[in-house]
Amino acid sequence: MIDRIRNNQLWQLILANVLEKVREPGVLFWGIGFPILMSIGLGLAFTRKPESVRHVALISADTGTYSIVLKDDKLGNTTFQLEKMPWEAAMVQLKRGHVNVAVTIGDSGYRYHFDPMNPDAQLTYVRMAPVLNQIPARDLNRDTGYGIRDLGSEIQDPASSTQHPASRIQSPGYEEDLSAASATEVDVLTVTGTRYIDFLIPGMIAMGVMFSCLWGLGYYIIDTRSKKLLRRMIATPMKRSNYLIAMITVRLVMNVIEAILLVLFAWLAFGITIQGNIPALLVLFLAGNIAFSGIGIFLACHTSKTEIGNAFINVVSMPMMILSGIFFSYHNFPDWAIPIIQPLPLTMLADGIRSIFIEGAGFAQTAIPSLILTLTGVVFFTVGLKLFKWH
Amino acid sequence: MSPSPVIEVRNVFKSFKTVQAVQGVSLTIMPGQFVALLGPNGAGKTTLVEMIEGIQKPDRGEIRILGKPWKGNEKELRQVIGLSLQETRYIEKLTTYETLRLFGSFFGLGKERVEEVLHLVGLEEKRKAYTVNLSGGQRQRLALGIALINLPRILLLDEPTTGLDPNARREIWEILRNLRKSSDTSMILTTHYMEEAEQLCEQIVIIDEGKILKEGTMEDLLGEDASLKTLDDLFTALTGRRLHD
Repeated sequence: MIDRIRNNQLWQLILANVLEKVREPGVLFWGIGFPILMSIGLGLAFTRKPESVRHVALISADTGTYSIVLKDDKLGNTTFQLEKMPWEAAMVQLKRGHVNVAVTIGDSGYRYHFDPMNPDAQLTYVRMAPVLNQIPARDLNRDTGYGIRDLGSEIQDPASSTQHPASRIQSPGYEEDLSAASATEVDVLTVTGTRYIDFLIPGMIAMGVMFSCLWGLGYYIIDTRSKKLLRRMIATPMKRSNYLIAMITVRLVMNVIEAILLVLFAWLAFGITIQGNIPALLVLFLAGNIAFSGIGIFLACHTSKTEIGNAFINVVSMPMMILSGIFFSYHNFPDWAIPIIQPLPLTMLADGIRSIFIEGAGFAQTAIPSLILTLTGVVFFTVGLKLFKWH
Repeated sequence: MSPSPVIEVRNVFKSFKTVQAVQGVSLTIMPGQFVALLGPNGAGKTTLVEMIEGIQKPDRGEIRILGKPWKGNEKELRQVIGLSLQETRYIEKLTTYETLRLFGSFFGLGKERVEEVLHLVGLEEKRKAYTVNLSGGQRQRLALGIALINLPRILLLDEPTTGLDPNARREIWEILRNLRKSSDTSMILTTHYMEEAEQLCEQIVIIDEGKILKEGTMEDLLGEDASLKTLDDLFTALTGRRLHD
């Protein structure tokens, strides 16, 4: 009995697929390690309180740096580094992205130069200007004799300040702890599901499914065809359906393992839990796998050139990775683009997984996306098989 | 009663976009016969063999395997054919043993047959080696092992020794000679090495530009003209070119 199973071609095809993947360290790294590393990186970058330093060009003929520290328990400390430089040098630094605001000193005070379309530059301006405007320009203009001068190393947030901060600009190293008074009118939200990492993890799961299916199935088939191995195999009595079933089964199991590891990691590292209906999540996950397996097989149906396969997969996956709200909400795109973005398979999958994870959604919300994803997969799969070139 | 042919090719044509690959070829191969298709690169050998393998369909003409056309008999005919293609690369991180096991399973065969084949092609010591780590000669012996795994009645080998050093080539020849002695498998082998054709096959078919120029045994081919010493001379006499160009 056991021998009969072992001699079964479907079993041997599955075994070959598994062995091949387990023995290729790259497959494991890109499939499992990479999404987790990415979540660690992005999760830490956006979850920890920022100790940010913002560089600002101060247009001046001489050199030197001033720093203004805005202390804030809730938002994190922000240091504005005003670097003296001539206009030309400031423009170079602006182009390089080292600074995003340039300040000139005129007769009537400071003037701020920046691109209003750049939200980061706006933030620098909005937070720095109220503080800087209270420092007399002559303090910055005169030659201080040393390169770095500490401008009141802990200037109180002006929103709640009644004192003139410039009065605390004295000598370097002057310190006064004003943190008690620096309460901003900010209430930090710690409700689960509102942090960036809560947004990111469901997107990473969806993206993992997409890449795994497109590369792991699509590219893999093209590679097998280019090696003439596909042709060699179909010259035997091997059933073609068995070949595809084996490949898709192994891929699905790998995707499940990847997703479980990612969720486990997210739970341990960031305390993320699934708020909604888990069976609905499983159905949606399966539907996403069907959709992207179908697309993968469709992309791989004809070509035997791996370079072309590479291009196909990138053309399909890259726009979705950017548009579908994996790393940031697609509501940042213009309104007219939203109806184009929402029906993309990756958007549907990511939105669905996210709604289950953080909004507590269930079948009522995910049944339609699951159905559409399944149909998408079936259509692509059918067309792909019709056009499929086995040799 | 005379035995019936295992392969019959009747006036077959095949062209690709701009190339007339095969132009009116007919061949008959009897049980146990070893036939070489000898010709330079691009002569149409591979296309002809692929049509016999059922991978390509002829534009015109007829091919019958064991008296049956490919259409409608694929399942049955695949069971009795063993083949090796030019330059097949196998699953890299699968061992020799596992690769044979996989192909064996396509025929419903188990590990006993895999052991026999490993012995037959002399790869017992490489059973645990990944296919990617095999030498060129070992890889070709694996390809031959895969071709032989189902005890085929018809063996189709496309340039089985191209690119191999003389030693590795002789090892392949030895395996094929033993096969000829011990079974009534028929074989078609394409090659552009006249030595290989001479060594292994009683029937030699010289093919160029999609047409058969001459066929017969060594004696038939060289006997007519005393000035011809080798098949290479014959090829030059027929086409004005040399086999290796």
